[in-house]
Amino acid sequence: MSRAAAAPAIFAPRAGLAAGLADWVLLHPRMFVFLLVLPITLWLGIVYIGALIALLIQSFFSIDEFSGMVVREFTLKTYGELFRPYNLDIILRTVAMAAAVTAAAAVLAFPIAYFAARYARGKWKALFYIGVMLPLWSSYLVKVYAWKLVLAREGILNWLFAKAHLTWLLDAVLAIPVIGGNSLSVSYAGTFLVFLYIWLPYMIIPVQAALERVPGPLLEAAADLGATPRQSFSLVLLPLALPGIAAGSIFTFSLTLGDYIVPQIVGNSRLFIGQAVYTQQGTAGNIPLAAAFTVVPIAIMGLYLWGARRMGAFDAL
Amino acid sequence: MPSDARAPLGLKLAAFGGLAFLLAPIALIFLYAFSTEEKSFQWPPPGFTLKWIGVTLERTDLWEALVLSLKVAAISTALALVLGTLTAAAVARSRFFGRETISLLVILPIALPGIITGISLRSAFSLLDIPFSTWTIVLGHATFCIVIVYNNAVARFRRTSGALIDAAMDLGADGLQTFRLVVLPNIATALLAGGMLAFALSFDEVIVTTFTAGNQATLPIWMLEELVRPRQRPVTNVVAMAVVLVTVLPILAAYYLTRDGEHTAGADR
Repeated sequence: MSRAAAAPAIFAPRAGLAAGLADWVLLHPRMFVFLLVLPITLWLGIVYIGALIALLIQSFFSIDEFSGMVVREFTLKTYGELFRPYNLDIILRTVAMAAAVTAAAAVLAFPIAYFAARYARGKWKALFYIGVMLPLWSSYLVKVYAWKLVLAREGILNWLFAKAHLTWLLDAVLAIPVIGGNSLSVSYAGTFLVFLYIWLPYMIIPVQAALERVPGPLLEAAADLGATPRQSFSLVLLPLALPGIAAGSIFTFSLTLGDYIVPQIVGNSRLFIGQAVYTQQGTAGNIPLAAAFTVVPIAIMGLYLWGARRMGAFDAL
Repeated sequence: MPSDARAPLGLKLAAFGGLAFLLAPIALIFLYAFSTEEKSFQWPPPGFTLKWIGVTLERTDLWEALVLSLKVAAISTALALVLGTLTAAAVARSRFFGRETISLLVILPIALPGIITGISLRSAFSLLDIPFSTWTIVLGHATFCIVIVYNNAVARFRRTSGALIDAAMDLGADGLQTFRLVVLPNIATALLAGGMLAFALSFDEVIVTTFTAGNQATLPIWMLEELVRPRQRPVTNVVAMAVVLVTVLPILAAYYLTRDGEHTAGADR
């Protein structure tokens, strides 16, 4: 902007209020930048951050058990409530689900990403691109709805199992304690499948980006030096793909931690963290506990990001 | 790392199996929209009909939800375009106190789980005694739409040479002329792409909306109610298909727009 200062020396100041104001602002670069960032600072910096801090402060309040009113005094009692068996179960259940979804997404994403990066070209490359982008950008609720169609008792999955004479296998899976249930749409197995489907593209994209950067001759060199395919996978390919997997796992892990709609629609009645937050702030009216619950995913993700950073996940984003 | 070698069969099977897993549920939506079955999600559909499209078109509650969704998405996108571009211009063009903080601040609403943004905005609204309305929905949506426009605009600003602006001004253009004739044409496709993504994101948003909407139903809220308590399965099937079309088409368009925008005038001085 500094060279703009030379303009009035050559040209006469322009007429008109708008043009004059614009010129004046441009002649004062600090003022210009201040005006540029003023709206965002007012909105995000004050209203949004203010709201976040207000929420955090509420987690240090507690609720009076008799009147149901919020007591505005500093206490750690609400955080203590998180460690009651019932609430601790909710946290552990959510973390276990997030870990399972992340691990499965990594396993499922790798061959897709590897094939797309190394072997697919031309129209196949475009097909893989669309195949990942379409589910990524389709409406979240429509994806959940699609799985309601798939998992319904009279739906396509049960039909496929019946046609393949594998109904016994499905029944055996549903009979497993904890992950099973009456049918897929009211079991953890069903919840897991829907989570896996919805977040899988978030894993494929960074893994593929990491694999695209692996030089092809590196794998040929490994083979020339006598590595078996298994060895070149575990000693060359996997270590180079790891930052991509770590980057993808940030998405799959954090998105599963915060979600409250999928387990509400496909799953049994046991709560996940997101649902606990929702019911505590809504029907239960216990804002302090809801606020304390929201701190849990933030804390877990903080730890997770710290670990992922050490693995170099941010270079692959 | 493209290779001319043929892929091992196992890899091929796993890759195409994964692709089928990704695409089949979406294909299913399109089939079910034409199913004659009313009461259940029966597979295979007993027959196909176009009847439900007509029934859906006559539903007034759906039209109201659609109009609200479009209105909210349009206003939030417009707000995000202004705020995102201003912020991007400042961050990309100059060094100032708090620059890093601002670039972090913009990303925060999308980095934190939606439920946290939603609940904190809701408590802020109740603290400030703001009644729920279309505008509270818009504020919630604009908050996370800004980052989309910002990301697109900041990348384009960095690729556009600053010398173009200086040259325009040296040649006698005033600030507004420079903006209209030099800056805007350079960032137009980035803004269009960012605006489309922001629009699609707002049109689809449900989590923040459940906290900031009050009694009004956007299309995703209508869809969510239908998911929790199914009443009109055939109508929901048609709506689901329509929503896939509405969200996917802008995405494909945005992809083609940004793909061709890699080389920008003045980038190589």
